[in-house]
Amino acid sequence: MSDYILNKDYFLGVIDDLIVLAEEKKDYFSELDSAIGDGDHGMNMSIGFREVSKNLDGWKDEDINTLFKNVGTALLDKVGGASGPLYGGFFSKFGVPAKGKEAVNFDEFIEMMEAGVAIIEKRGKAVVGDKTMVDTLRPAVDALNTAYHQDGLAPKEAMKKALEVGETGSDSTIPIIAKKGRAMRLGERAIGHRDPGSASSAAILAILYNRMP
Amino acid sequence: MKRLINDPYDVVEEMLAGYVTAHKDHVVLDQTSEAQGRVVVSKTAKQKDKVGVIIGGGSGHEPLFLGYVGKGFADAAVIGNINTSPSPDPCYASVKAIDTGKGCIYLYGNYAGDVMNFDMGAEKADEEDGIRVETVLVTDDVISSENIEDRRGIAGDFFVFKAAGAKAEMGGDLDAVVAAAKKCNDVTRTMGVAMSSATLPSKGGPIFEMEDGDMEIGMGIHGEPGVRRGKIEAADKVIDQIMEPILADLPYQSGDEVYVLVNSLGATPLMDLHICFRRVAEILADKGITIYKSLIGSFASSMDMAGMSVTLVKLDAEMKELLDYPCDTPYFKQF
Repeated sequence: MSDYILNKDYFLGVIDDLIVLAEEKKDYFSELDSAIGDGDHGMNMSIGFREVSKNLDGWKDEDINTLFKNVGTALLDKVGGASGPLYGGFFSKFGVPAKGKEAVNFDEFIEMMEAGVAIIEKRGKAVVGDKTMVDTLRPAVDALNTAYHQDGLAPKEAMKKALEVGETGSDSTIPIIAKKGRAMRLGERAIGHRDPGSASSAAILAILYNRMP
Repeated sequence: MKRLINDPYDVVEEMLAGYVTAHKDHVVLDQTSEAQGRVVVSKTAKQKDKVGVIIGGGSGHEPLFLGYVGKGFADAAVIGNINTSPSPDPCYASVKAIDTGKGCIYLYGNYAGDVMNFDMGAEKADEEDGIRVETVLVTDDVISSENIEDRRGIAGDFFVFKAAGAKAEMGGDLDAVVAAAKKCNDVTRTMGVAMSSATLPSKGGPIFEMEDGDMEIGMGIHGEPGVRRGKIEAADKVIDQIMEPILADLPYQSGDEVYVLVNSLGATPLMDLHICFRRVAEILADKGITIYKSLIGSFASSMDMAGMSVTLVKLDAEMKELLDYPCDTPYFKQF
């Protein structure tokens, strides 16, 4: 499987899809946030990725690390709130294992995912079960690792498994109370509502999967 | 939507452009690239060596935060998108804009996003410039959590910012300013009621659905759901339900003195606020609690939300001195 390569075109395609996602799902993410937060998640993602879209042409010749560092910085600078530092951190760290590279193998891709999720856990101080994006991302990255390294699944099959586990993780936020973020103060009234960050995280996993060759 | 705006993506920039022009005798917009056009600085900043007082948070709560930038109050405000914390670089830029070598204090309501961004700003000020920045979170919303440190900051922000601003203006060092802010937060309690959602410009509609004629006791300033929803009741009944948790949360006794703020969330008229205040005064009189001073108006809003909140600050001589200390800002002056 070492001949499986994800090149810069793949990552540029992912960024294109993220820009489309942020516009198309703006109302959906905001509606989820209205139920248990302050209704701004969709708008904030849209503000961030509009900034990415505006500058992307100037970043296309950069290596994968710099490309994603620029994406992360745009989100961090333009979004604010919790999603700015969290998704900004995710993309800033996502590229680090690809420093100086124009393409990565699948081992390196898994390292990228791990690096991105780790900074979200660190900045958000959240663990699985807190009703946050970590409920989607941590199980997904663990499943990716297991599927590829232990179960020997092909890269795209392993990512499919990660996506399924991530989506289940997002579903798992519905019946629980929140231990982090604004929904934390709602207590039992948060039960029955999907965490908006877990939903946007699952949508990002879907893009990473769908774009894979 | 009944809002007078242009492109929803431009509301914050256009508001700031109008604000700094209207109040050019009090404030300027920090022009450094790191400020990203989101840092409102007092014209009196750096005029004398003092601890820098920085407040901030999401937009949509005007006159909070920008309205309280000026002499004797905050030296700078960092402005985020609607209902959203500002990003780390403007938080950092605000420190650079006002620090005189005595360090700075960040003051803002306790929300996860604000904590992340302001903390990153403080880290950068420490690492790159060796400037000490301390933080005090405002946690006045009594019903938002059993644990005080988990509570949200709402209209009580005004008093905590005021106390810290006064202490800094008096020449207190950073530790003294932090202590003043904490002390004020410890004696400040707020609870509110909402009767409609604010209109989110990007959505062109309400943040959340609320049936006409309903109210929600305890709703947050961003529209976070409160403790219970029901039909709108008479003002006195609503105030009774708000005052009970506020008074139960601190040990009050006959003879205590309080500062009262009856605050509109945007669309509730002064007539209603005074009717509500009247009931607040009756309840306090019943308990033998003396009203030292009162403020009635919109001090911390949620754009066009219908609703109000009551804030009580339990006073001692020091707190009176801090809250009475002169200040001159576009939205609060006393001499």
